[in-house]
Amino acid sequence: MKRILSLVFVIVVLFSVGFVYAAETLNGAGATFPYPVYSAWAYEYYKQTGVRLNYQSIGSGGGVRQIINRTVDFGASDAPLKPERLQKEKLLQFPTVIGGVVLIVNIPKVKPAELRLDAEAVCKIFLGQINTWDDKKIKELNPSIKLPNKKVTVIHRSDGSGTTAIFTTYLSDACAAWKEKVGAGKAVKWPVGIGAKGNEGVANYVKRVKYSIGYVEFAYAKQNRLTYTLLKNPAGNFVEPKFETFQDAAASGSFDPDKHFYLWLTNAPGKKAWPISGATFILLAKEKRDSNIKTVRFFDWAFKNGDEIAERLIYVPLPEPLKEKVRGYWRRYGIY
Amino acid sequence: MPGFLKRDPLDFLFSLITAVASLSVIVLIGGILYVLVSESSLSIKKFGILQFILSTEWDPVREVFGAASTLFGTLVTTVLSLLFAVPVAVGIAIFITEIAPNPLKGPIGTAVELLAAIPSIIYGMWGLFTLAPIMANYIEPALQSTVGRMPIVGRLFEGTPMGIDLLTASVILSIMIIPFTASIARDAFNLTPSIVKESAYAVGATKWEVIKDVVLPYSKLGVFGGVVLSLGRALGETMAVAFVLGNKHQITGSLLDAAATITVSLANEFTEADSDIYLSSLYYLALILFLLSFVTLAISKLFLLKAERRYSR
Amino acid sequence: MRIYRRRKMENLFALVLSTIAAFIGLFWLIFILADVLVHGLKGLNLSLFLQDPAPPGIEGGGLRNAFVGQLLITFFATLMGVPLGVLGGTFLAEYARGRKFARVISILSDIMVSVPSIVIGTFIYALLVKPVGHFNGWAGAVALAIIMIPVVLRTTEDMLSLVPWTLREAAFALGAPYYKVIIQVVYRGAATGILTGVLLSIARVAGETAPLLFTSFNNSFFSINMNEPMASLTVTIFQYAMGPYESWHVQAWAASLVITLFILFITILGRVLIRWRYGKR
Repeated sequence: MKRILSLVFVIVVLFSVGFVYAAETLNGAGATFPYPVYSAWAYEYYKQTGVRLNYQSIGSGGGVRQIINRTVDFGASDAPLKPERLQKEKLLQFPTVIGGVVLIVNIPKVKPAELRLDAEAVCKIFLGQINTWDDKKIKELNPSIKLPNKKVTVIHRSDGSGTTAIFTTYLSDACAAWKEKVGAGKAVKWPVGIGAKGNEGVANYVKRVKYSIGYVEFAYAKQNRLTYTLLKNPAGNFVEPKFETFQDAAASGSFDPDKHFYLWLTNAPGKKAWPISGATFILLAKEKRDSNIKTVRFFDWAFKNGDEIAERLIYVPLPEPLKEKVRGYWRRYGIY
Repeated sequence: MPGFLKRDPLDFLFSLITAVASLSVIVLIGGILYVLVSESSLSIKKFGILQFILSTEWDPVREVFGAASTLFGTLVTTVLSLLFAVPVAVGIAIFITEIAPNPLKGPIGTAVELLAAIPSIIYGMWGLFTLAPIMANYIEPALQSTVGRMPIVGRLFEGTPMGIDLLTASVILSIMIIPFTASIARDAFNLTPSIVKESAYAVGATKWEVIKDVVLPYSKLGVFGGVVLSLGRALGETMAVAFVLGNKHQITGSLLDAAATITVSLANEFTEADSDIYLSSLYYLALILFLLSFVTLAISKLFLLKAERRYSR
Repeated sequence: MRIYRRRKMENLFALVLSTIAAFIGLFWLIFILADVLVHGLKGLNLSLFLQDPAPPGIEGGGLRNAFVGQLLITFFATLMGVPLGVLGGTFLAEYARGRKFARVISILSDIMVSVPSIVIGTFIYALLVKPVGHFNGWAGAVALAIIMIPVVLRTTEDMLSLVPWTLREAAFALGAPYYKVIIQVVYRGAATGILTGVLLSIARVAGETAPLLFTSFNNSFFSINMNEPMASLTVTIFQYAMGPYESWHVQAWAASLVITLFILFITILGRVLIRWRYGKR
């Protein structure tokens, strides 16, 4: 009996320290929007340094919640937190990459970058006011496409999501009815549609449900060959979601370290700017100095070596001056 | 029982250890209840009890929460799945106890019980990849063009068939609870003394008459207990429905609409609720679910015990 | 005569209906198993067990971390849940046999068996995740252990009650104290039964997903450190099946196949054991 007990004890201790061999692990959770690029970076970083960065995409709401509860080393959110909130929760915040939210549809025979939509049409679809694909409004925008007389199924996020925050901020800016009835936020009260978990879930449901429409970060649309649409931007041009149009949107914004980089990039004024762009942010707990330094080391590595990976997934790396600003921000808080 | 033996100090120690271990069940139930109440106290204070249960609001932006929509989803899927499952389960029990030739009884019984061993996540995944397309492409359109044409019942089948809705979720749930119900019903049937059955046969009753007039009345308490037990199971099932319910907080008249159950909301939103009141409201939902299933299961246990007591005499 | 014929028809009709019901039950079992088998076999290869996941959208990689994580979490859950369950069951069947206290605990355990597992997940989150400061494998193991305890406790109680009382009396007569009688005589007599209970409880928790979502969470790397977030097969299946990537779906099916076979094997083993020990029941 004693022998069994001591054996159990030894086993428990061994697994608690992970056989000591356990290399450094950083645990992060949050936004699904940058998940493809973070995990690609982490994969490469692990190969080069042996440090494991375990990033779980549970949604931006989750990223904020878990860093407030201090259950992770860093949180990630596409919706920047206001400086006052950061102050209250004792958090730091900085951007990592810029990307675009695109609308994806599942209509047989419609190809990617073919269907044209504008803010009013998107707004009405998501409000449930346009409920068939051959609605007059959509037909006017797309005279050359033969649209089916089928009911539209709206697919949105069911979890707290920064992608939703970016998307609903875009709708609130561009469409008064949306602002009044629904508003903007990480999770909103959707008038119509079905909910899916994460960018992954929305992409999966749109793939599986015919005549549906949803919104995801562009990498998900691209990796899964989903049908994304064109959008009319505030400058009045129909633009295609791609690297250049995201870059144009990114160029319009000015990130301010004093405000912890709080900035939205939706409805950017640029001629070619993709209207639903946004940066994605990392949240750190001020007092967790050790893990912050490790986390910052990872992102510094990514800033130096990760641009190519990001571009391959159609994320826009931060421009060099902004990277310097972020480094200055790290220095200011003594974690770089 | 033999208290006189407890004088041995080692024996006393051992009895103490086992007593503590058996108390762990009570400690756990009490602990769960305590944690759920204390974590949800913020929400209980803000929204009250009746108001929370009756409010259909679930609005994380304005931070107003109510349980009505998720309770609706939970109750509809549960009731619907029972409606599908109970006749099949009772049929299976009848088949196994009364009809099947002896060599088949064991294997079929085991096979049905293996259904109960398949993890719920497999049911969920199978539901999304296999059942949902079948529902969307064949069954739901067929229902719409037949039952859906009828005046009042037709309302139940309005909307676009997507396969991700209340109906599909209930079907999966029903497949999951068939084995529970069937095996308890079978046990209840087996409690019928064979003398009673034999005498019924002796006066010329057909098999069905024996089942209907002897076995069923004899075992109805047990069968009922089994049904309520399945109800309790269905209330708390998460994974099987999480894939195909569509996570939508709404009360809908159509079975082809998305909805949300308490379990699905917890699975989806628990790690990501970003404000305290949001998380607290989720704990509140968990508390309601815990109480609901606890009471249901207690009732089922009561019936099963009654059945046992009545017939073991 | 007409009445007789009607009764006959009614009889036939009812019997055919319940036969159909039985076949509906069997149909689902075969349908689901065949589907898991067909899809799962496509994804089954050696790298599934030997490699860690690749980043999303990139082909290749495996689920080594999830297999190991699942085994560890289940192993430690067993280590915690089984002793508690067996000891608790012992108290009910031996020291408290026939007492009201035993009845109450036994009924409460029966209820605990069916308490929604996701609620246990939220309970452990408040207890072992939030205070500790990070998701961890231990929390997952404890959550599963909580589900195991009532299962093991009840089977132990039942199995010990099946051991004839005379056996104990024989041992008492030799002057053995009760605890020795229990450990050396009663446990021995009920060993197979208890083992079956343990097996069934493992089968019960090995497929659980909901209690792990908020406790052991997930980890995209290989880790055997139970203080860290830990991957498990079920949570990974949930994530992969809900995701859009084809390669994820293939791996999710393969993982489902492995876990289903594992659980069915244990369940059948348990049944065979009990049939072998206690004869036809």
